[in-house]
Amino acid sequence: MTDEQKLYSIWVYLQAEPLFWLTLTVGAYLAGDFCYKQTRLFPLFNPVALGIIIVSAVLLIFNVQYERYFDGAKFIHFLLGPATVSLAIPIYKKWELIVANAKAIVTGAILGSLFAVLITYALALGLSLDREIIISLLPRSVTAPIAMGIAELTGGIPSLTAIITIITGIIGAAFGTFTLDLLRVKSMSARGFSIGLASHGIGTARAMSRNDTAGVFAAVAMGLSGIVASLIIPLIIGILQI
Amino acid sequence: MLKGIFLIFLFQLVGEVIQKLLELAVPGPVIGLLLLLLALLLTRSSKRSFKIELETNLTVASEQLLAHLPLLFVPIGVGVVMHLSFLESSLLKVLAVIFIGTVLTVGFTALVIEKIQNWRTVDD
Repeated sequence: MTDEQKLYSIWVYLQAEPLFWLTLTVGAYLAGDFCYKQTRLFPLFNPVALGIIIVSAVLLIFNVQYERYFDGAKFIHFLLGPATVSLAIPIYKKWELIVANAKAIVTGAILGSLFAVLITYALALGLSLDREIIISLLPRSVTAPIAMGIAELTGGIPSLTAIITIITGIIGAAFGTFTLDLLRVKSMSARGFSIGLASHGIGTARAMSRNDTAGVFAAVAMGLSGIVASLIIPLIIGILQI
Repeated sequence: MLKGIFLIFLFQLVGEVIQKLLELAVPGPVIGLLLLLLALLLTRSSKRSFKIELETNLTVASEQLLAHLPLLFVPIGVGVVMHLSFLESSLLKVLAVIFIGTVLTVGFTALVIEKIQNWRTVDD
């Protein structure tokens, strides 16, 4: 075997192993984390966005199918479920604070969800997008499984909604903090709540990684907005005759 | 920690089964979250050493799981990047709607919450 053939056979072996893709995923995330800590200026330089960009670049450069990558990375993806369940513990620990703020939480969930849907409709209509795409856009601030359910129910395209929802999460995580700094919002509960409401799990993950209170309020907002959105989106579509 | 992991898996499993049985739109892990929260709240006043040990175990496990929560979204995010062509010619418009809509929603919601002055109790 020539050196080149040997190298190629190593690459073929690595591609088929989960270890390579797991290492790449964690490494890309850590690189993103490093860049974020070094700069803290450019919002897109946050660990999750940079991690995604780095991994995608590697896959595109080496012409690797997503399915092959996911076959390895699914071990990380799997942890999303248990991580979601374990949000119960920080919520439980801040239960008094949540009950004390019940009024603001409920009002914020209703008004915020209403705003999210209506602004999305207005923008999509303004840019004259197709009806099917508009319907698929409406539930975008809700966690992906719920958003897909709403899209299916209302005549959208669930897989399109899934993509739109994840992009919303990444943008919320990347630019949410920046927006809140610009508006000089100080309260950690208000910061977390708004990011969780606008950008579900990815936003919540971001809030949780920065501040406990923000993370808990983001998780509560994510849960409530899921319920509110499932109720109001079919109604809004009916009333506005979208 | 292992007991904590076991309980978290168990609640997710129960959540997934309930979701499938009742064909709910709410994802299984979210049902698991609600059930675990309910269980913790219902046993809150219990001082039994068994319950305290489990709670400590759960705390350690959840801290480990949540420490790098954003990392868990990388695989699915890569999937989105690889499938962006799905949006074809509407891509830029859709991105614009998402970007403007999300930033405005974050700002609006935060201001609403701050306006409701009940927020005095915040401990941060």
